[in-house]
Amino acid sequence: MITIHVNGTPQQVDAEDGMPLLWAIRDVLNMTGTKYGCGVGACGACTVLIDGVAMRSCSFPVGLAAGKDVTTIEGLKTGDTLHKVQQAWIDAQVPQCGYCQSGQIMAAVALLQEKSRPTEADVEEAMTNICRCGAYTQIRAAINAAARA
Amino acid sequence: MISRRFVIFSGIAAAGGLAVGYALTPFSTLERAAQLVAKEGAASLGAWVRIGSDNSVTVIVPHSEMGQGVHTALPMMLAEELDADWSLVSMEQAPPDVAFANGAMVREYLRGDMSIPGWMSGVTEFGSRKIAELTHLQITGGSTAVRYTGVRAMRVAGAAARRMLIKAAAAAWNVSEGEIEAKQSRLSHKSGKNATYGEMAVAAAAFDPPVDPPLKAKKDYKIVGTPMKRFDIPAKVDGSAKYGIDVRQPNMSFAVIAASPVYGGTLKSVDEKPAMAMRGVKKVVKFPDAVVVVADNTWRAKEALLALQPIWDDGENANLTQASIFEGMTAALKKGDLTEDYGNGDVDDALKSAKNVVESLYRVPYLAHATMEVMNCTAHFEGDKLTLWGGFQDGLGSRAAAAKFAGLAIENVTLHHMAMGGGFGRRGRQRQRTIDYLERAIAVARQVEGPVQLVFTREEDMTQDNYRQASVAWMKAALDDDGKVNAWLHTFTEKHDPPEAVRVNYGFANQAVRYATGTNPVPWGSWRSVDHSQHGFFIESFMDELAYAAKTDPFEFRRAHLADAPRHRAVLELAASMAGWSNPRQPGRAMGIAIREIFGTIVAQVAEVSLTNDGRVRVHRMWSAVDPGEVINPATFTAQIQGGAIYGLTAALYGEISIDKGRVVQQNFPDYEMVRMADAPEHEVRFIESGARTGGAGEPGTVPVAAAVANAVFALTGQRVRELPLMKAKFIGKTGGS
Repeated sequence: MITIHVNGTPQQVDAEDGMPLLWAIRDVLNMTGTKYGCGVGACGACTVLIDGVAMRSCSFPVGLAAGKDVTTIEGLKTGDTLHKVQQAWIDAQVPQCGYCQSGQIMAAVALLQEKSRPTEADVEEAMTNICRCGAYTQIRAAINAAARA
Repeated sequence: MISRRFVIFSGIAAAGGLAVGYALTPFSTLERAAQLVAKEGAASLGAWVRIGSDNSVTVIVPHSEMGQGVHTALPMMLAEELDADWSLVSMEQAPPDVAFANGAMVREYLRGDMSIPGWMSGVTEFGSRKIAELTHLQITGGSTAVRYTGVRAMRVAGAAARRMLIKAAAAAWNVSEGEIEAKQSRLSHKSGKNATYGEMAVAAAAFDPPVDPPLKAKKDYKIVGTPMKRFDIPAKVDGSAKYGIDVRQPNMSFAVIAASPVYGGTLKSVDEKPAMAMRGVKKVVKFPDAVVVVADNTWRAKEALLALQPIWDDGENANLTQASIFEGMTAALKKGDLTEDYGNGDVDDALKSAKNVVESLYRVPYLAHATMEVMNCTAHFEGDKLTLWGGFQDGLGSRAAAAKFAGLAIENVTLHHMAMGGGFGRRGRQRQRTIDYLERAIAVARQVEGPVQLVFTREEDMTQDNYRQASVAWMKAALDDDGKVNAWLHTFTEKHDPPEAVRVNYGFANQAVRYATGTNPVPWGSWRSVDHSQHGFFIESFMDELAYAAKTDPFEFRRAHLADAPRHRAVLELAASMAGWSNPRQPGRAMGIAIREIFGTIVAQVAEVSLTNDGRVRVHRMWSAVDPGEVINPATFTAQIQGGAIYGLTAALYGEISIDKGRVVQQNFPDYEMVRMADAPEHEVRFIESGARTGGAGEPGTVPVAAAVANAVFALTGQRVRELPLMKAKFIGKTGGS
């Protein structure tokens, strides 16, 4: 049994240490907001925060997450209130198919925690997730709006 | 009631309300539609709309949402004609039932609309089957949802429902219909009498629906043409949207598949023991051409599959290479055993007598769809009942295909539509391989107790796709003494859909389009914009070559050939003016332009490029001018043009699936790269609403971008791009790059 703190709640995960955190979250805890995209850390669809840092959970063994705080897309709301990044995503009408957006939002949350007023270069450096629908114009606008919020 | 244009039907629905339907299908179908969407306490006003006693308006949408906004655009069209209060409007996805088949679209196809891709017919051959079979279509693709369902059904149903509510109010208040005002979901009379639509809905059931209700003039629109927020977005920002891969059922198993890496190969043998010894593994399933591991979660199934060493018989494609495929294609074109596709005048004669002939060979590679959500489907047999969960571009067609594959009556198959993490053609029926992920899931479920979710790993998804056609084109044209095109000969390999993809609007006096067949050994599938994706590059790149051969500016050259195409000319001019075409660029930058008509929408795009220090192409800015006839939701449409252009730019810069030893070489994103944020250009989009017949939104933005970028590269470097993707080449700027 591995204990990880997911969105503030301690969770017992019955899994091999080497199981990627992504699958522990999706298939053991059945929290499906975090997505499988490539399994090799190349697309960012699986991005979560581990102790506040954006990590690609498909390539992060669950054993290494023991005792750490994991934040997933489901944990961003405070009560019924959306995180300012989520609200900015709605205001800018970012998602198309929406599949990559959990990861995009988590990456943006981490960016804004680190840099409250990111430059264009900061945004391009931090936001390397793939959006196959190509909603980059809207993602950029939403990050800028969230930074001002 | 039957009118010349459509069938409209009213009757008592299950919940005691009224059903008004619009379709070409028989009356019984519409009754069934009304029953399917009727809910207790709600009067069902039409197969496409339900008005609740709380005055809520629910629009039933028969198409799949893939992020293109159709679940919002279609309700906007209906609510506009209904004069509904938009804050009371919501939507429901129609069940995958015959009653919601794309009657309007089938009708247009039978009328001979060229811009409907034939692949949408799936396994159905139009013209040779009964109309009842034609209705087994519920397709989202070919940019058809707004163009057909929206224009032909949603608007009419909304207007008909509004007329019936007015009739009910007039009777209740004993006044004439002309004195009733209906707006914002409320009926009122100058006497002060008023009622909500919800209060009058059941009474409206007593009236016949008008057969041909008048539709609003564009100037009176209040909802259509505004940037309404999409219904599907809130669930996509908090993780609550459920995609096919998110289905979780009690006692569910997870399965991962490896099919023969060589097309047409078969499984000789596999030792199950290494997998069966691993934790959580329940079963190894063998198919003639694939092996599957079933486990208690996805990762354990993946790991166990990797532990297997299947032995394959590679079959006859074992020595296939990309070079051999391209050589075969080029040889077929040179040999000249071609099918005549389209033409006017006498191109051969005109070329023979011409002084100034230009010719070029172009080629493009195979492309994978690479939807962000890999192919997956969950299936569960309970006796002779089959339940399916997944993302499908053609819900009803998928249900019918599942029933056929499983050998069950369609009534015994339940299909749950989940959100789709991208479609782009991959989640529709394919000519060659039907719906592979659905059939695989059914085949696995037959051998497993309880529900099973079959998932393609990213590697499997990329190597077992149905690919955009790799193709070679031999373009040949003659210029007359005035520098105008006098002959245009476009020959290429493998024709799919739509027929319009090879047409030009340039008014050439002599032209012919011809193609070779039998050159493609790789499974084909429709890929966003279908044949447009390659022909847009061939046609608009070659047009650029001709402009330089005629020593004319590429914009002016195109413009001069669009004298008889005023809509196209206006779009081209707008794009050039947005980009400041005639203004000098900063050193090291240049622009290219291209224009195409795709699924009824005309798009001209300008791209501004530079070269990186290592000779790679960087696209800084794009401008798109778009005439789709009318715009339903400008925010969604703009996002579709921008996103569509990213899809096309990814293909132009990076997209390449190649074959070696009969296998797809590329496995995952590191070797099938995508445009990411840092690569994404600024992109300004403007619309011309010409009022012409409504065109599509989802695919047009993908098409001209490759030629626009390649033409800009020529302007910058003098190197003509005749092969994609661009990353394969290094370029040297005329001014030494920037």
